[in-house]
Amino acid sequence: MGRYVIRRLLQMIPVFIGSTFLIFFMVYALGDPVAALFGDRAPDPATAARIRADLHLNDPLWKQYLLYMGNIFRGDFGTAFNGQPVTELLRSAYPITIRLTIVAILFEIVIGITLGVVTGMKRGRPIDTGALLLTLIVVSIPTFVIGYVLQYLFGVKLKWVSPSVSPSAPFNELILPGLVLALVSLAYVTRLTRTSVAENTRADYVRTAVAKGLPRRRVVVRHLLRNSLIPVVTFIGTDIGALMGGAIVTERIYNIHGVGFQLYQGILRNNAPTVVGFVTILVLVFLLANLLVDLLYAVLDPRIRYA
Amino acid sequence: MPEPQNPFDDGRQAVAPGGGAGGGFDLAAEEAGTLDKVPGQGGGGDLSEKPRSLWSDAWRDLRRNPIFIISALIILFLIFISLWPGVLASQDPLQADLSKAQQGSGPGHPFGYDQQGRDVYTRVIYGARASVTVGVCATLGVVILGSALGGLAGYFGGWWDAILSRISDVFFGIPVILGGLVFLSVITNSTVWPVVGFMILLGWPQIARIARGSVITAKQNDYVQAARALGAGNKRILLRHIAPNALAPVIVVGTIALGTYISLEATLSYLGVGLRPPTVSWGIDISDASSQIRNAPHMLLWPAGALSLTVLAFIMLGDAVRDALDPKLR
Amino acid sequence: MRGATRLKWAVCATAVALAAVGCGSSSDDSGGGGGSGSGVVRASWGDPQNPLEPADTNEVQGGKVLDMIFRGLKKYDPKTGKATDMIADSITTTDSQNFDIKIKPDWTFSNGEKVTADSFINAWNYGALLKNAQLNAYFFQYIDGYDKVHPDSEGAKSTATTLSGLTKVSDTEFKVKLNQKFSTFPDTLGYSAYYPLPKAFFDDHANWLKKPIGNGPYTVQSYQKGSQMSLKKWDGYKGPDPAQNGGVDLRVYTDNNTAYTDLQAGNLDLVDDIPASQLKNVKSDLGDRYINQPAGIIQTLAFPLYNSRWSAADSAKVRQGLSMAINRKQITDQIFQQTRTPATDWTSPVLGDSGGFKEGLCGDECTYNPTKAKQLIQEGGGLPGGSITIGYNADTGSHKEWVDAVCNSINNVLGNNKACVGAPTGTFADFRNKITNKQMNNPFRSGWQMDYPLIQNFLQPLYFTNASSNDSHYSNANFDKLVNEANAEPDTAKAVSLFQDAEKQLVKDMPAIPLWYQNGSAGYSDKVSNVLLNPFSVPVYNEIKVN
Repeated sequence: MGRYVIRRLLQMIPVFIGSTFLIFFMVYALGDPVAALFGDRAPDPATAARIRADLHLNDPLWKQYLLYMGNIFRGDFGTAFNGQPVTELLRSAYPITIRLTIVAILFEIVIGITLGVVTGMKRGRPIDTGALLLTLIVVSIPTFVIGYVLQYLFGVKLKWVSPSVSPSAPFNELILPGLVLALVSLAYVTRLTRTSVAENTRADYVRTAVAKGLPRRRVVVRHLLRNSLIPVVTFIGTDIGALMGGAIVTERIYNIHGVGFQLYQGILRNNAPTVVGFVTILVLVFLLANLLVDLLYAVLDPRIRYA
Repeated sequence: MPEPQNPFDDGRQAVAPGGGAGGGFDLAAEEAGTLDKVPGQGGGGDLSEKPRSLWSDAWRDLRRNPIFIISALIILFLIFISLWPGVLASQDPLQADLSKAQQGSGPGHPFGYDQQGRDVYTRVIYGARASVTVGVCATLGVVILGSALGGLAGYFGGWWDAILSRISDVFFGIPVILGGLVFLSVITNSTVWPVVGFMILLGWPQIARIARGSVITAKQNDYVQAARALGAGNKRILLRHIAPNALAPVIVVGTIALGTYISLEATLSYLGVGLRPPTVSWGIDISDASSQIRNAPHMLLWPAGALSLTVLAFIMLGDAVRDALDPKLR
Repeated sequence: MRGATRLKWAVCATAVALAAVGCGSSSDDSGGGGGSGSGVVRASWGDPQNPLEPADTNEVQGGKVLDMIFRGLKKYDPKTGKATDMIADSITTTDSQNFDIKIKPDWTFSNGEKVTADSFINAWNYGALLKNAQLNAYFFQYIDGYDKVHPDSEGAKSTATTLSGLTKVSDTEFKVKLNQKFSTFPDTLGYSAYYPLPKAFFDDHANWLKKPIGNGPYTVQSYQKGSQMSLKKWDGYKGPDPAQNGGVDLRVYTDNNTAYTDLQAGNLDLVDDIPASQLKNVKSDLGDRYINQPAGIIQTLAFPLYNSRWSAADSAKVRQGLSMAINRKQITDQIFQQTRTPATDWTSPVLGDSGGFKEGLCGDECTYNPTKAKQLIQEGGGLPGGSITIGYNADTGSHKEWVDAVCNSINNVLGNNKACVGAPTGTFADFRNKITNKQMNNPFRSGWQMDYPLIQNFLQPLYFTNASSNDSHYSNANFDKLVNEANAEPDTAKAVSLFQDAEKQLVKDMPAIPLWYQNGSAGYSDKVSNVLLNPFSVPVYNEIKVN
């Protein structure tokens, strides 16, 4: 087990190099960022050349990449175009986004799994149909609309919450944005749980457990749920990255200055240091999340073992 | 309780591999060898039929399932309007009369007008082609590629797993917006295919991980150990014993993803790299309508309703197929 | 037992993940909420795109702050746009080329340092010097010696570090020698690139950027980059326009719709950019707390005249026909809810009649006329290749709606629903690169926000041969000649009339179709009053009163 974990941690090195290079290359492929700095005005060639030289944009790609990596190992992630060091952006954006993600995942786990178990055991009943309708709504109505409508309802009409999140973004202000962020994933978690539960309610070991006279609650939690959770856990693991990097719409609606927002800005402005810095950390988060998921497999299903 | 017909359900096939429900997985049938030719003897029913495979069983089940019939009818309808939109809508989806912008329904215009003064009903009908094509093709591509790679990683483990999983991690890391701007902005004359290809490129890792997880669980089952003990090859074990049992989560994720791909197409268009006018799609109309939600909710309601109907049809289809494949539910 | 070890590993991994969160979340010590203290205006803001140096700030958001913490030689009157003396005591010239600038003696920076002739000369030299790569360097291009400090060609090195055209006479007087006649030069001096800088800017640059020091009615109290800036009224300010409120909290919003919602909820006092989607509701939401007034911004459709599709002799007819095929009135009403005004010339109403704005100068060529439009396009040989696209960038502004509407208008005139379609480009950067590198084949959106309220600023940078923003690469000898004459003309009325003659050349050639004048729009809460927008569509913060 320990060796397995160490091996997985070592695998992070090639992934780190591969993804930084890929992203670096992609931002490079986006094109020259300098012209946009001048707004609706043609850059004067001398100033533009000066800025390009300062950013090493005239060097070949591999040289730019090596230069960048060299700096990273010295803890220097480069500078965003507004003059802020990327490390500063990382430090301010990641804690906020991680809190937002935690809220979203808690919603997925608590609401999604509960709803999944209930609908899985009561297939075809009104609650099952209701959950299906909710699924259709969150899939077909854009997050922007749901987010805005909830913001308007709770923030302006009812005045329960502030429509926007303050710069420090404490947990209590992230409940509504977290819910909005989790909605589409909730649909997945609910239906995945529902399917697994429906399958397993008919499994022999559940029948046995019921026949043994175990309390219903214990059967559901210890036997039914535990064996139904593997696809759900896998999904949530893959979702962590999507939630962290892809919360652009939610972050915009609630004015959260998190990873999605910074990444979006960096991409639009072709700013390689910002994009590579943020994505690199994201990839590391995926790797840890996936490792965690694989270890949870072994907890949930004792037959699975890692050498 | 009908007697078990499922080759995966218990230890029976370890005792009599060719017996029970026989059959197995269609894909494997070609090279399955002699074992398959042993006639099935399970379950009452038409003995005159060919040996009953898992798939023919499933098909028999499906045909009797009202949920399947409804979903199939909806899907046939969607295919119909995708191919011949002019049958149901006589107007031009591009014809705009700005003076009627955002007006509600009127005679001959049951769904009202959009922001540009175009007929919403006509656009919903004409939007089906692009949206259904993107949704279905992207989902199929993602499911096939993702479950193949994920299944291999989960089944073989070790280096296979390490390499495939780490590649998928790198792909996970590509932000959709960056990928869209890089891969799609070079293609100026957009048909749906670059968009579909892009979605497959970025979408497969998720299905791959789901499939991998399912396969890791499924391969622990006794019948798999048994099959292996009996000398079944990897291919046979994977396709016949593991795949049908690992398919459920993939179907669930795939059917919901179908809807999200149709929406993602709109996100790409919004970013300026997706489908372009004069192409009409639900996604573009939904995205255009989103900002007008306070002023003209009808602009959102109809294309979103059409998208919901499509997702509903495929979720129902997925449920029906999954149930048909699961002998425990018979 | 084995299960237990596994669980332990899982727990350990979780702990690692949580520890990462923990050390992150402990660092949030920002004073959230903040700022409802007495007399403070809470206003929406966007993240400035560049460091807040006067000569490096070329967009509105950074400009807002500079206008609050700095005062220059001149200031543009918030209502009329006229340049009036601020620090300047007098600016005199006899030949429209050599200017003598005297400054008032009692101005100081907020750190106590006096504002002297050196504060200006050093700032301008810094802004012009190539090494500093300032985006607004070209503002100093008319000053003698600019070509040595900032050689124009790529890769060239500067041979001087100071502009030879700037000479100090005394602490309160300096002379400026231009390299050409430019009679309205003094009126350009209200632009932020010409602001004076204190010694601290040069001595301790990094700290200055963290907390800029200026000479305006506000001082920076705190600045958290990317989220908010608190400005406090500077009690030591002795200028004629001190702040009427205790301070301004600028909050960065990622989306103007969120700022608007916050305004509705009472969490914000001033939004200076009403989202397009809320324009229909703004009157019912805010009543008379909504401002919609002309600003010095014009939107046009520029043509790539360098491309063979548009360089033919008869091509001007097609361009004129396209201009007449656009139903501007209907689009500004339906899409923009009258926050734009149909354009009838290439300038802006904020210039006023005396400043050179002339309603209807473009005449029939900018008036919707479907029959004539179709006829002209046919006479000109039809649309090149049978169809056109209108290029725009998808990432900023909501251009899609109006581009689609313009295309639909053209399509309806031509009776072909595929004659014109919108062609988005993903990013502004990519869009600008295509324009700069002359890669456009079709018309594209173009906009101009004035730097200073002069007709010269609407014409010369955009349509003079090889001018910095001449995206069409338009070149006409008659136009150039008239502009040069106008620049040399000391009498303002005559100069304006010459500029208008030049503008009439644009009607004939139609290098860019004028679409509409953009208005500034703003909404405010009932906690503040006396809110107005200046001709640059920026709120006049120092005049706002908090109730």
